[in-house]
Amino acid sequence: MKSLAELEAIRKKAQEKVDLRTERQEGIRIVVGMATCGIAAGARPVLNAFMEEAAKRNLKDVTIAQTGCIGVCRLEPVVEVYVPGEEKVTYVSMTPEKAVQIINEHIVNGNACIQYTIGAADK
Amino acid sequence: MDFARSHVLVCSGTGCASSNSEKIITEFEQQLKKYEIEKEIKVIRTGCFGLCALGPIIVVYPEGAFYSEVKVEDIKDIVEEHLLKGRIVKRLLYQETIADEDTIKSLNEVDFYKKQLRVALRNCGVINPENIEEYIAFDGYKALGNVLTEMTPEQVIDIIKKSGLRGRGGGGFPSGLKWEFTAKAKGDQKYVACNADEGDPGAFMDRSVLEGDPHSVIEAMAIAGYAVGANQGYIYIRAEYPIAVKRLELAIKEAKEYGLLGDHIFGTDFCFDLEIRLGAGAFVCGEETALMTSIEGYRGEPRPRPPFPAVKGLWAKPTLLNNVETYANIPVIILKGAEWFAGIGTEKSKGTKVFALGGKIENTGLVEIPMGTTLREIVEEIGGGIPNGKKFKAAQTGGPSGGCIPAELIDTPIDYDSLMEIGSMMGSGGLIVMDEDTCMVDIAKFFLEFTVDESCGKCSPCRIGTKRMLEILEKITNGNGTMKDIENLETLCNNVKAAALCGLGQTAPNPILSTLRYFKDEYIAHVQEKKCPAGVCKSLLAYTIDAGLCKGCGICAKQCPVDAISGERKKPYIIDTDSCVKCGICMEKCPFKAIFKNY
Repeated sequence: MKSLAELEAIRKKAQEKVDLRTERQEGIRIVVGMATCGIAAGARPVLNAFMEEAAKRNLKDVTIAQTGCIGVCRLEPVVEVYVPGEEKVTYVSMTPEKAVQIINEHIVNGNACIQYTIGAADK
Repeated sequence: MDFARSHVLVCSGTGCASSNSEKIITEFEQQLKKYEIEKEIKVIRTGCFGLCALGPIIVVYPEGAFYSEVKVEDIKDIVEEHLLKGRIVKRLLYQETIADEDTIKSLNEVDFYKKQLRVALRNCGVINPENIEEYIAFDGYKALGNVLTEMTPEQVIDIIKKSGLRGRGGGGFPSGLKWEFTAKAKGDQKYVACNADEGDPGAFMDRSVLEGDPHSVIEAMAIAGYAVGANQGYIYIRAEYPIAVKRLELAIKEAKEYGLLGDHIFGTDFCFDLEIRLGAGAFVCGEETALMTSIEGYRGEPRPRPPFPAVKGLWAKPTLLNNVETYANIPVIILKGAEWFAGIGTEKSKGTKVFALGGKIENTGLVEIPMGTTLREIVEEIGGGIPNGKKFKAAQTGGPSGGCIPAELIDTPIDYDSLMEIGSMMGSGGLIVMDEDTCMVDIAKFFLEFTVDESCGKCSPCRIGTKRMLEILEKITNGNGTMKDIENLETLCNNVKAAALCGLGQTAPNPILSTLRYFKDEYIAHVQEKKCPAGVCKSLLAYTIDAGLCKGCGICAKQCPVDAISGERKKPYIIDTDSCVKCGICMEKCPFKAIFKNY
């Protein structure tokens, strides 16, 4: 160890890995439906895409979690995005490509991808 | 992939490890593989959460779900339900953390944690003790960096003095002063040492710190080395703590790899190295002069003080010796400031104290409380009270050197001076709770047996005195005591206290003196009425069968290990009191509750 700056660099890098354990965040939650129907429809690559993209962009305060069957099995994989203070957005028929787009548009820039939502699918 | 969506923290302290937490970790790894989610979910070994009574403990983040008493078979459920489908397994949650409908209470709202303040234990149960980067992530080694690059040794000592930190090993000597004495002592070579020879029966504070957060002690010792001008440190730890030793060895190795120990730390001229010395488990080696003799490679026996270690310690060189918990406080004090630390606690006792809570208490485990918290808060709120609706009788602090706090003093604030005043002591942090079924003479006898065993034999007051005291106690508990014996016992206690060579001998009479002070009536009952009011002392009790209630089934006779019960079927049985060993099995087995313990 040569300097405080070197320690700080290690600390920053290491902190990202343990961030999950510091106080319960009030941040954004991305929840992927992973019941049998979801998994069969390809929810796992979707989940992986979310995680990879979040890691790549170094997103803080974003929790990626799994949940059971959301109920509209015909539209799986289903993903719900909870932004604090906003209404929940439900995305359907998800693919890894869409996941990347949602991170970029919705999570980072704050514009929900209306075209992929359940409302758009039902029209 | 470094980014995991979930962290599973499994306690791997000695408590949980002995209830299978290692197997749980293996099972987790297998189950995660089976569902191919091993890359998304990180399983991490961590230190003690404190609630050892409910181990093994697992915490899953980001939800913060606190699972207790988890079995290997339960892991499948946690993986399938919680980690795969996102449904928390309610039946395995620590019941106290379940709030209304499906939500989990934060741990800080649970009774056990509400009144606690984790300073020395700040990283236990949060980080992986076997990974230096996790320690660094929580501001580890920042204090050392600040000290080396921005402060003079005098400034460091000044902060420790202003913080009001006192030694956590038992004596309560102001740490800042000790540091100053060592810094000012003349010597070409100085040493820093850590006392990790935790020997009190029932105490495991230091073990848990070393198992859960070894780097905090290493960092603090390096800071101390800089402050007093030492370039070499020794950690004296008992070989009975294999997990702590292993983690400490690993931590020292990691610190050396990262250049946090060794030459020119943080690019400065400061060089500091650390070595471990294993103790063979003699209680006396926790005494500072004996400990240093043992580090030097000799038989661990104490020597008179002065000279104090600060003047003549290891190899007759000035040595700073602090206990594990004292060191664990140092990095936070440097980072948060002396005022912050001095703001916690009471006027003369600052900061927090870790206690190993044991005995007749619901939440056996490790607790850290601000100084000045009352015994009542510890026993009734944090500890969850006495099991089976029994009444609180006394608490014992300070192990074989300490004393009892009786029920009428339950509102005593826990700090160095209040405890001294009532004839007990802070000690290193053992806190044993006793209920109405505890015989105080028997407790005194228990601790004396321990000191007689552990007396090193160098000085006669301790070697012979404690033995004679134990003999008198045995005479009393056997029902052969006289009032003169009680009187002699007290005199002997005061003489040993005044004459013994080291702290061990000087404090050995404390368990007797304090029980004599608060529970003299129990001693008198043993002597005059030949009765043990708590029904513990076997010589003073007898089991009898009530002829009216006995149906003559013969179960008691079959169960009796010494064939002391005889009789004919369908007629009342009789216990032969001469051959009875008073094990109590008959009473437990009697289906008609016809057997009674008379005392």
